[in-house]
Amino acid sequence: MKILVCISKTPDTTAKIAFTDNNTKFATDGIQWIINPYDEWYALVRAIELKEADAGVTIHLVNVGTAESEPIIRKALALGGDAAFRVNTLEEDSYFVAAQIAAIAREGAYDIVFTGKETIDYNGSSIGGMVAELLDLPYISHAVKFDLSGNTATVVREIEGGEETDQVSLPIVVSCQKGMAEQRIPNMKGIMGARTKPLTVSEPVTADILTRVASFDLPPAKAGVKLVSAEHPEELIRLLHEEAKAI
Amino acid sequence: MNLVFIDQAEGHIKKASFEAASYAAQTAALMGTTAEAIVLGTVSDDLTALGRYGITKVHTVADANLNEFDAQVYTQLIAEAVKATGADVLVFANTTTAKAVAPRLSVKLKAGLVSGAVALPDISNGFTVKKSVFSGKAFANIAVTTAIRIIAVNLNAFTIQEVEGSATVVPFTVQPISSKVKVSGVDKITGEVPLGEADIVVSGGRGLKGPENWGLVTELAGLLNAATACSRPVADIHWRPHHEHVGQTGLAIAPNLYIAIGISGAIQHLAGVNRSKTIVVINKDPEAPFFKAADYGIVGDAFEVVPKMIDAVKKMKGIA
Repeated sequence: MKILVCISKTPDTTAKIAFTDNNTKFATDGIQWIINPYDEWYALVRAIELKEADAGVTIHLVNVGTAESEPIIRKALALGGDAAFRVNTLEEDSYFVAAQIAAIAREGAYDIVFTGKETIDYNGSSIGGMVAELLDLPYISHAVKFDLSGNTATVVREIEGGEETDQVSLPIVVSCQKGMAEQRIPNMKGIMGARTKPLTVSEPVTADILTRVASFDLPPAKAGVKLVSAEHPEELIRLLHEEAKAI
Repeated sequence: MNLVFIDQAEGHIKKASFEAASYAAQTAALMGTTAEAIVLGTVSDDLTALGRYGITKVHTVADANLNEFDAQVYTQLIAEAVKATGADVLVFANTTTAKAVAPRLSVKLKAGLVSGAVALPDISNGFTVKKSVFSGKAFANIAVTTAIRIIAVNLNAFTIQEVEGSATVVPFTVQPISSKVKVSGVDKITGEVPLGEADIVVSGGRGLKGPENWGLVTELAGLLNAATACSRPVADIHWRPHHEHVGQTGLAIAPNLYIAIGISGAIQHLAGVNRSKTIVVINKDPEAPFFKAADYGIVGDAFEVVPKMIDAVKKMKGIA
């Protein structure tokens, strides 16, 4: 059983979001980079749990990015990946990135490709679906539970106002979110071992770029909070009814 | 021509799809063309009523097999509809269906995808769509350079314009496709307003001190016909179910009104809720960062303030 986990590098969740070059580039000064939380906490940890349950499972990681991604790849190896691939390129757009991942996935003939449900920077929710289409595989998105029985996966996915349970034969692409697994901290043995695990760097395959970021905007600042006395919460209800027309 | 995918569940059109329909129609007006719709599965709602959102024609594949969702099958059928109608803009509501299907269609049609759009396209110089990025902390203007463009519109990000009109409903004939996904069960949370679709959300944090105090949140929510939500720590310590967690790593929501009780407003929480139109914060700490992002606030003890709010709402609604 071979699992490919896609990991993306994103700014830390507390990062200050600002832009440079006339609002065309994200200001990376002082930014701490992390593994995209959905990729790490849910996709990778669920893969590790499957490996813990079955020693025949191999976990490979793939990242599309420059050498700046190496610390987060090493962390993912420390958590429990067996080997990693880095496609040495800028992340041009979702389609371009998906094409790189699909090329690696095709080569390795994986049974399962796991991604996070989205990255916390671009919020595209696109890579899993694109990889699935490029590989002509079934795709279950926003999975909250994933179990295997032989060659059949039982996947619970989020739908509007509830959950749906699906049965699918492998191979399959799944995007993962909260519920799949719990966040883990790498231990010292993992960190030491990660240094010598194979990390293969390859050059990108040719792929189209379908979109580009023209510019960024920050949301307009709030006018400021209107405070109501704690003695008179009924005044707040009146304001919400008459002024904000929200209730 | 613009084509909008109308998402349905149990025979009813999802609310978000009306916004998508209006978005498609208004985009079509900008481009000097018309907007049509595609519906998959058997729908009991009156589809001619999509005319009120500016849709001229509705293509339907009324096959009950399509009531069970499979991203591969939907992709194939929607791609055929795009080709048959010659659509060059394809619009989705950014629901879980769109998130599974739109990326596949982007590949299949070699069409640039903007997911999480929050405004109509700017067509003055190319085709640029504003989308939410950095989990609501910023926007990116995405230039789409392909002949066909796909846009998935965020819920509550865009105002519906109702018009006079009635849509023509025509069957769309396709070859049946077999599904590789077997749906073995659907579990809907009943008796609650779905969080992602709610106009009003009442949310609680650690300031409420324990799950036994959630009656305050649920009573206020019940009176306002609101959904209930919570902060991440509250979900992590299992005071509330995970599906109620809003924030950067939970659900991102944009209701008309968000009432936060006993939530300090860490940057990760704000990321999931800062697109809400009106934000109300109840917190006993005047230094809570949430007040900086709020429109209205009360500095006070939730256990004293919220019961008085509940009484005031009852009075307003003539219940007390």
